[in-house]
Amino acid sequence: MNILAAIKQVPDTDKVRMDPDSGTMIRAGVDTIVNPLDLYALEAALKLREEHGGTITVLTLGPPSAERALREALSMGCDAGVLVTDKAFAGSDTWATSYALSLAVKKLGGFDLILAGERATDGDTGQVGPGLAAWLDVPVATYVGSIESSGETEIVVRRLVEEGYQRLRLKLPCLATVVKEIGTPRLPTLRGKKFARSSMIRALNAKDLDAEEGFLGLRGSPTKVSKIFYPKVAREGVMLRAGDEAEAEKAADGLMAFLETRGLLAKGA
Amino acid sequence: MNQIWTISEQYQGEIKRVSFELLARGRDLADQAGAILVAIVFSDDNSEHPLADASLKELISRGADEVVCIQGTGLSVFQCETWSKNLAALARARKPSVIIAAATSSGRTLMPHLAVKLGAGLTADCTELSIEPVTGNLLQTRPAIGGNIMATIKTPDRRPQMATVRPKSALPLEPDYTRNGLVARLAADPTLTDPRVEVLGLESDIPDFENIEEAGIVVAGGRGLKKSDNFRILRELADALGAAVGASREAVDRGWISYPHQVGLSGKTISPRLYICAGISGAIQHLAGIKTAETIVSINSDPEAPIHKLADFAIVGDLFDIVPRIVKRLEARKTKGGDR
Repeated sequence: MNILAAIKQVPDTDKVRMDPDSGTMIRAGVDTIVNPLDLYALEAALKLREEHGGTITVLTLGPPSAERALREALSMGCDAGVLVTDKAFAGSDTWATSYALSLAVKKLGGFDLILAGERATDGDTGQVGPGLAAWLDVPVATYVGSIESSGETEIVVRRLVEEGYQRLRLKLPCLATVVKEIGTPRLPTLRGKKFARSSMIRALNAKDLDAEEGFLGLRGSPTKVSKIFYPKVAREGVMLRAGDEAEAEKAADGLMAFLETRGLLAKGA
Repeated sequence: MNQIWTISEQYQGEIKRVSFELLARGRDLADQAGAILVAIVFSDDNSEHPLADASLKELISRGADEVVCIQGTGLSVFQCETWSKNLAALARARKPSVIIAAATSSGRTLMPHLAVKLGAGLTADCTELSIEPVTGNLLQTRPAIGGNIMATIKTPDRRPQMATVRPKSALPLEPDYTRNGLVARLAADPTLTDPRVEVLGLESDIPDFENIEEAGIVVAGGRGLKKSDNFRILRELADALGAAVGASREAVDRGWISYPHQVGLSGKTISPRLYICAGISGAIQHLAGIKTAETIVSINSDPEAPIHKLADFAIVGDLFDIVPRIVKRLEARKTKGGDR
């Protein structure tokens, strides 16, 4: 089974600090990592390769420095890394990003299954996976919690939905975005790290992909950010200490009165 | 005439509440734009739960001017490619200026797929929508960077303008049964059904499952609960409030409770009217999942816990002592014949 895993490099939110005055993220000195939710896609890919053999190609779109994310995936055991990078892609929204990725997937060719995380922790849209499937015209399953069976021509997945798990049978090639339940991502191995260091990363630019110019980057993106602002902080911020019996009683009474005032104890709240 | 569409969802023959929330948004936009509001829904007459006329009329009473029910074999349950192809065909014919869907597992899958097919712009998980005067552009506002900033996004040059809307971020309109509107049932073109995907069914009877995205109140626990059994205390609070039970990543990773309960960056982002958390310190990844909750209550023994800074009402104390006191009061209120 030949698998393509689409990943993204994101800022490490574990280490992100907020500027208390401006309420913005302090980006200076923040490390970049593989989108944590993409690690589940890599794990799913590695498990499928153990079962079926084949190769795992990791694909990302980003600045030249995104090469590091690909090497991290290689150190976990993936076989090859491909970086789609070009100034022309800068400022791409999810529509333009999924277009560019789809060209790379078509150019590389021959994949049975495309895997990705459910969404990236920075953009937080979850739109690139289904968008990529639409560009490629392959079936898509999102929020996949487990792959029940996988064969030569089809897979059966369970996707996490509001009411439970929807079971889907999809013909290959197809695309699946996965959630945490798929399995705990493995750690890089020493051998993997060596391989990652010595591997060639293939780079593809807009010209290599024969991309339609009007579909790229900020200009080719249908959506435009028109304004950024800080959310109104409407929180009252009452804090009560409940150190002893009397204080605990007072805190519980206080909370009840608070919920009552806000209408949160009424039926259907 | 200018049309605004909402994509409605059903579960076993009932229109979901989240679709009524969406209609409230759509009504507001249609009034601002002077457009008609069309509710689109899928049904299958040969399924176990076909949509009755009353359900379609309910969409009118909740704000729609027109209902289009696309009918065909297998269409009552979500199937991305088939829904997307049917909607794309209808959108090309009727040219809506705006299409909105709920940011549910279906909406968040369908909309990016459809946006590619239509060459349209799409904004995820909006919490505010309005129409810009003069241009008629849809102003799509969503939380970004873990809810620390808000971004307003426009799609100036392409139509339709598409957005998904975060569940629970608006209240449904009260039903007005005097409202009139056109209800049309449309036979789907069977050639648009994608043969490459088969929906095998829904497993809904799962132990330890929770639908936290659609709950009005969520009560969540974290590491401070110390062990799996102690979730019982939170379940009692949840029962007394009619709430769903959520959990932090730590609680899920320790195997105390299943993944569908998880709130935060690697779990679910939720916007309940009330979020009560106990024994959760409030790591940045957790806070990202609850920033748009209307009211936040925190119970944690550490006065420095970051969750207290975000909370509307913070109690610094031992959750094992505090939570039962709250449950006792809620129970007493019930037996006294409160309005529940």
